[in-house]
Amino acid sequence: MDMKRAYYEDIELFKSGTILFWTIVLLVALFTLPLISSNYYLYLFNLIMVHVILAVGLNILVGSTGQISLGHAGFFAIGAYATVLLMTKLSIPFFPALILAAFIAAFFGFILGLPALRLEGPYLTIATLAFGLAIMHIIGHTEIFGGRSGLRAPELNIGIPQFGWNFSLTTDLSKYYLILIITIGMVLAAINILKTKVGRAFVAIRDSDIAAEVIGINLTIYKTLSFAVSAFYAGIAGGLFAFVLGFFDPVTFNMFLSIYFLVMIVVGGLGSIMGSITGAAFITYLMYALFKNIRDVPYLGEFLVNISQRWLSITGMDNLSAIALGLVMIGIMIFEPMGFFGVWIRIKKYWKTWPF
Amino acid sequence: MPFEQLLVEGLAMGACYGLFGLAVVIIYKTSEVINFGAGEMAMFSTFIVFHLLTFYNCPFWLALLSAIIFAAVLGVLVQYIFLRPAKNPTLLSLIVITLGVEMLLMGFASWKWGAEQQEFSLPISYMITYEPIEGFIISQWALAVFIIAAIVVAFLYFFFNHTNLGTAMRATQQNKHAAKIMGINTDRVFAFSWAFSSVIGLIAAVLLTAKTILDPQFMLEPFLKAFAAAVLGGLMSIPGVLIGGAIMGLLENFFGYAWPVWKPITAFLVIVLMLCVRPSGLFAKHWVKKV
Repeated sequence: MDMKRAYYEDIELFKSGTILFWTIVLLVALFTLPLISSNYYLYLFNLIMVHVILAVGLNILVGSTGQISLGHAGFFAIGAYATVLLMTKLSIPFFPALILAAFIAAFFGFILGLPALRLEGPYLTIATLAFGLAIMHIIGHTEIFGGRSGLRAPELNIGIPQFGWNFSLTTDLSKYYLILIITIGMVLAAINILKTKVGRAFVAIRDSDIAAEVIGINLTIYKTLSFAVSAFYAGIAGGLFAFVLGFFDPVTFNMFLSIYFLVMIVVGGLGSIMGSITGAAFITYLMYALFKNIRDVPYLGEFLVNISQRWLSITGMDNLSAIALGLVMIGIMIFEPMGFFGVWIRIKKYWKTWPF
Repeated sequence: MPFEQLLVEGLAMGACYGLFGLAVVIIYKTSEVINFGAGEMAMFSTFIVFHLLTFYNCPFWLALLSAIIFAAVLGVLVQYIFLRPAKNPTLLSLIVITLGVEMLLMGFASWKWGAEQQEFSLPISYMITYEPIEGFIISQWALAVFIIAAIVVAFLYFFFNHTNLGTAMRATQQNKHAAKIMGINTDRVFAFSWAFSSVIGLIAAVLLTAKTILDPQFMLEPFLKAFAAAVLGGLMSIPGVLIGGAIMGLLENFFGYAWPVWKPITAFLVIVLMLCVRPSGLFAKHWVKKV
């Protein structure tokens, strides 16, 4: 659509003044948002941003490198548990703990990347699924991880307590700003990774790994690197998720969470950063806000309650979210396999070439 | 528990996984779709048996028969409504669609029957045991599993090798376009394979309810194990999936006896290690990718 005349045009962050303008508008909106929204919505926004970090990382793996993972809840759990345990057991300050936890997750990503060198398609799916389940079981049966009863996150102190610098973030508002800044940093990093040699190697592997190997891309390095980068993002997201939730147990990180993550990037659009962000926001809103409170929606809520009472069961009404998610997954795949990003491209194309 | 009993129970469990793995393999053989919704399709049909038994006091055979018809219709409908409209689907979009089917069915089942565990009594029990040879104890359940598995496998063998529809299914698997040219209605072949798979899944799930509880999530782990068994067998061969299921069941039973805490994952780890050694499964012919 847009012709590029120089290498610099391909790697610059903002392709045009319009994009720069709207990015600034979005950032200003995000920073001023807490002034007008209630505490509950701040909690929701925190969850959304955590999922955005994870979705961006997962999209590097699935969308850009073409390796399917159904085990990202495992990396997410590693991030959450490692951050909290490093802080409580070894009393490491928050930021080093978070980064260390992300590196632990990345190490596990590297380990999972090794079988991925030989497996593909359905075989890789079962391997990653098994990884996610194994992590959940190991956490659930080991004393140090709190076992089945779960862990409580400590106070979020972003200072260094050893030196007497204490900055405790207790409200959702202060956590919002912390997570917002980290999210912006992570998203920027992802955009830039995809524009470097590494990112182009990932895309080449996705399009054809044999062709990529022929032109001199070391598959061993880049496939494991893709897993590690993706797991690093999941680790950061998990560490923040622990403090957003405050309390978590192994069941929080079950297989369905991995499916939700996959749905986020599929709904948003594979291989697109903006797509991961919108997809994560949409699915999180659907799961944590809309269907938690479906009873309060006018007309529709009453209608569903009536149906439940007459034919189905009223206690099972919370499972509407699973039904809706299933329909979204199938619908997006049938009607718009590129997700929101595909819709956006189509709209853009329509207006650019308008009279024709 | 004595060694022989561990062996027999493990093999019976393995036969269940193998049967259920067949449900995965049949679909993969014809349409190259991994059906992640297989577990939930079987679960939903099992709930139909349960519903007919508890709320309408049907005799067991009638309930099972109705559920088998329901399962066949469900399989055809899922294929017809959800998979057929997808245009040029990639592997990932097929996985997402079948995962969507899984979420959809699980959501409906929990909405209808609630998330709590239900009482479900099979006419066969693993508490009743026989001792045909001194020291060799076999439960009624294990015996029933072996007989039913043998019947299903014999039927499938006959079906794939000696009927027109079975031959058409194999032809479709080998080359869809050539099969079309030969006058095979491939869409109908897909629909039939989904119906078959759904019915076999139901039979395996009903057999498994004797060992587990009945709730909307009860087929999750068996599905994953059956899937692992199918992958072990190479996803394409019917004897392969049965042997894979047997390995899975035996591993699980012996590991479960030695380290009960790690029972759910040990088998998986072994499978992943095995896959690293032989990526295309134990029994598939070596598979070379076309560039």
